[in-house]
Amino acid sequence: MSTHSKPSAADHPVIGVLALQGDVREHLAALAGAGALARPVRRPDELAEADGLVVPGGESTTMAKLAVAFGLLEPLRERIRAGMPAYGSCAGMIMLADKILDGRDDQETIGGIDMIVRRNAFGRQNESFEAAVEMAGIDGGPVEGLFIRAPWVESVGAGVEVLATVRSGESGTHPVAVRQGNLLATSFHPELTGDHRVHELFVAMVRAAARCAAAGA
Amino acid sequence: MSSELSSTSAQVPGGNPETGTARVKRGMAEQLKGGVIMDVVTPEEAKIAEDAGAVAVMALERVPADIRKDGGVARMSDPDMIDGIISAVSIPVMAKSRIGHFVEAQVLQSLGVDYIDESEVLTPADEVNHSDKWAFTTPFVCGATNLGEALRRIAEGAAMIRSKGEAGTGNVVEAVRHLRQIKNEIGRLRALDNHELYAAAKELRAPYELVKEVAELGKLPVVLFSAGGVATPADAALMRQLGAEGVFVGSGIFKSGDPAKRAAAIVKATTFYDDPKIIADASRDLGEAMVGINCDTLPEAERYANRGW
Repeated sequence: MSTHSKPSAADHPVIGVLALQGDVREHLAALAGAGALARPVRRPDELAEADGLVVPGGESTTMAKLAVAFGLLEPLRERIRAGMPAYGSCAGMIMLADKILDGRDDQETIGGIDMIVRRNAFGRQNESFEAAVEMAGIDGGPVEGLFIRAPWVESVGAGVEVLATVRSGESGTHPVAVRQGNLLATSFHPELTGDHRVHELFVAMVRAAARCAAAGA
Repeated sequence: MSSELSSTSAQVPGGNPETGTARVKRGMAEQLKGGVIMDVVTPEEAKIAEDAGAVAVMALERVPADIRKDGGVARMSDPDMIDGIISAVSIPVMAKSRIGHFVEAQVLQSLGVDYIDESEVLTPADEVNHSDKWAFTTPFVCGATNLGEALRRIAEGAAMIRSKGEAGTGNVVEAVRHLRQIKNEIGRLRALDNHELYAAAKELRAPYELVKEVAELGKLPVVLFSAGGVATPADAALMRQLGAEGVFVGSGIFKSGDPAKRAAAIVKATTFYDDPKIIADASRDLGEAMVGINCDTLPEAERYANRGW
């Protein structure tokens, strides 16, 4: 797929996993399974070394608070504004949303995707569920969607592509996977299933961005 | 917008989504990793915990230190109190049932709590049987002092394990003992060959399939937290360095001089558990820690860790 002249971000991208809280280990394993060099990121200097970033599942209010307390929020926003690819699952989707509903009043997000995300939209843990989800851009049949106190996307801006939706009872159909440029987000947790296709898609996005940057330089 | 969306993207095939699966229950605990779960007894305390960055709160009527002091039978909390805490915060809410009191657990499930702790801190309702946790949609966390106990709880359907420690003492010594015991026994299983695993299962009084799974994974098949005696940021970081994936803090926060500050400090030390400078900064100016109890002076009957089997 790529030339083998020398190791570069395009061949072996370094993908960070925001490791303030959440299912970091599962994302690290899934990224490694998808061919990336995966590293936990808790500090600005660790972020600087990453070609792409995963924001894991977890508790978004905790992650946001720690990102502010340890001076990581602004560096994260700057990298994303500068085009660093990022993928967020569940709490990570909330963190990548420009606006959120049902969050805490003071809850910060990194932002980047022009969408409004409703936190815990599918309900509490007793309503958490698994279901097969057809996702655009993922070949080989539906992905196993694990939805755990999951958010959904309430509305998206013009530049956001909806990759998958789920119907929820009376409330209708809601986007649960979206992409805008180099940013990807899912309501569900592919990192918990052993199916690495979503992570492979993201690693391909990071490689493409690195090739683009190399060609432009 | 919704009509446009449904025309451009796929629907869930196959109809009904499935709730309460093992993956959904265990997966919930995975989301709590690296975090602090705090005992709270009022909606106000729950808000302080959420403000401080707790990943979840444990709603109960009295913190373990007060259960020790007051004595008597400790039971599931008042449903009104649990409702009040659920509506006060947006983070997950857990609540405790007595060991073997599956009706308390049914009530907690009906209240919509996110996790049920079948807890030795409350007075056991059955001295032989724990609740059948597979029968519930709501996931369970259970305490354990050793690997066999952890695996028996998982066999009964627990989706998360916490080392027991000695709740309400503010003394981390038992938490260390139990976590080291579990990790040590997992390490020993790793060294056994297939023939030896059958005998190991018999010794552990745990199902062979689970024993084999642990030997292969090198860890429990569910998330392992630590509980019982964590009172300072350094205590929390100690448990993380010993291999706990997160911590429960009970009396340690709201029995201290400045709960909001101590709670936030324990959250920071739990995330940066391997960075002594950050733990030092988090430990400054926290006011009085809870006084604490020396566990070797505790009479046998007041050792909660001995409850459950």
